[in-house]
Amino acid sequence: MSSEGFDVQYVARLAHLELGKDEASRFSGQLGDILKYMEKLRQLDVDGVEPTMHGHGRTNAFREDVPVQSVDQDLFLSNAPERTGDEYRLPKIVEDA
Amino acid sequence: MEFKDWTVASAAEAMRKGEISSVELVRALVAEKNARDGDIQAYLTFDEDGAIAAASEADSRRAAGDTSPLLGIPVAVKDLINVRGQPCTCASKILEGYVSPYDATVIARLKAAGAVCAGRVNMDEFAMGSSTENSAFKTTRNPHDLSRVPGGSSGGSAAAVAGGEAVCALGTDTGGSIRQPASFCGIVGFKPTYGRVSRYGVTAFASSLDQVGPMTKTVEDSALLAQALFGADPHDGTTALNPVPDFASALRGASLKGLRIGLPREYFVPGTAPEVTEIVKAAIGKCADAGAEIVDVSLPHTEYAMAVYYIVAPAEASANLARFDGVRYGHRSAKSDDVMSLYCRSRAEGFGQEVKRRIILGTYVLSSGYYDAYYGRAQRVRTLIRRDFDSAFGKVDFLLTPVAPTPAFKVGELQDPLSMYLNDLFTIPASLAGLPAISVPAGATAAGLPVGVQFIAPSFADAPLLACARAFEDTLA
Repeated sequence: MSSEGFDVQYVARLAHLELGKDEASRFSGQLGDILKYMEKLRQLDVDGVEPTMHGHGRTNAFREDVPVQSVDQDLFLSNAPERTGDEYRLPKIVEDA
Repeated sequence: MEFKDWTVASAAEAMRKGEISSVELVRALVAEKNARDGDIQAYLTFDEDGAIAAASEADSRRAAGDTSPLLGIPVAVKDLINVRGQPCTCASKILEGYVSPYDATVIARLKAAGAVCAGRVNMDEFAMGSSTENSAFKTTRNPHDLSRVPGGSSGGSAAAVAGGEAVCALGTDTGGSIRQPASFCGIVGFKPTYGRVSRYGVTAFASSLDQVGPMTKTVEDSALLAQALFGADPHDGTTALNPVPDFASALRGASLKGLRIGLPREYFVPGTAPEVTEIVKAAIGKCADAGAEIVDVSLPHTEYAMAVYYIVAPAEASANLARFDGVRYGHRSAKSDDVMSLYCRSRAEGFGQEVKRRIILGTYVLSSGYYDAYYGRAQRVRTLIRRDFDSAFGKVDFLLTPVAPTPAFKVGELQDPLSMYLNDLFTIPASLAGLPAISVPAGATAAGLPVGVQFIAPSFADAPLLACARAFEDTLA
């Protein structure tokens, strides 16, 4: 656990986030400080301690598998930045053969 | 009565007696908002026609014999909660122009109870911040001193209520976002037990921590709202199945006599502003005078809570915010010719600095090779923090602590992210443990800045917590 070798542009690519040069160097310094602060967690022995995922104990919530009225498609598509009929429109994904 | 003096309870009573109608109440709100919000800047939008229509329907329901306690009460809504037909920007440019196609469960419940949900209030972008300065649209001011922040992230909610331009509001709390602004603005802010209130339709920040709660002028008002908000929801599998308490009967005859109130020694350390310490100590004295037994306790893992929180919350946020990619709704970059650049540029143009910082931090701590060292370890330390509370609650009924180390700070005063994060020191541990906690006004500094105290209760002791807070409120009267 160390903040050394923290490559902000690599992480930004994983996060699908384009960063400018200034932004990248600013974040690199700030996040380095924050990660350094996190290192205090290394002081603790957590062997055999169960992780906590949530604030209370409920695990799976099941319901009967019965079809119900869903949302209105046209209403949801009305927020689309670009659409063609009942579909979202995007730049081409598949290369020409 | 002046608009600023209406509480949920007093307005409901006046409407029951026919002294005022909901339409009149909403008109008065709009007049106050127009007069005050130029200075305070709490509201992002207000649907005036929708408000009058809903108020007039509430008046008709009342005429037909409906006696719901929230009937006709206007509720200001934090701008990350979906209300059908209204914007829901989360104070982010990435959601500019978005119109909610559905009601969040909390809104459906409030509407069913007859409340009027028309005003949308400012916040830190995607609830990431402690000052509301991270809004992409405006800087909300503290009504007690316009040069200072209202706190955050539910700063618009707190400022609207404290500034006399809302009767009550909804906020959300992930690491203190209801309690800290309530303390800064001198109002009551209640974060329920995790799972008490549905998160369906509430834009997710950190799913294992987020909880909606009331921000009000009195504890009684928080109880009235909680009564409507609480309950299991088939749309949210993390809602608890526990029965909803009857708050009115819990609050009746509330008293501090015989209650064991714990003071966790880790919360009374140097670094807290002397005036805050003084006010909290006076509050402890009042509890003792009212018959509470004051007990020293220890929560030994408190010092690790902030590190845990700033791993867990950004990790969950980085996953939750992956949905904002310019495809189905929200901002889409005009400068992209393939799908990958569309994602990356839309997000770069749409998100603000703090949101980007947390996405990167969260992505990093979840990334291959670092997951166990950061996220896995943080979740285990989270268990140790929960155990601290379990053991403290074996000895006491409630904990009393400061809410924040300082009163409201100046706009622009905290520039470094880490020092801003330290503001949440006293509110984060209860969030990590999923516990109910409330900030109640306790006094003010010499300069007139409000300071609250925090009461924390065991899981699902929401009603006893409000009763305790109500009894504390009585000691100040």
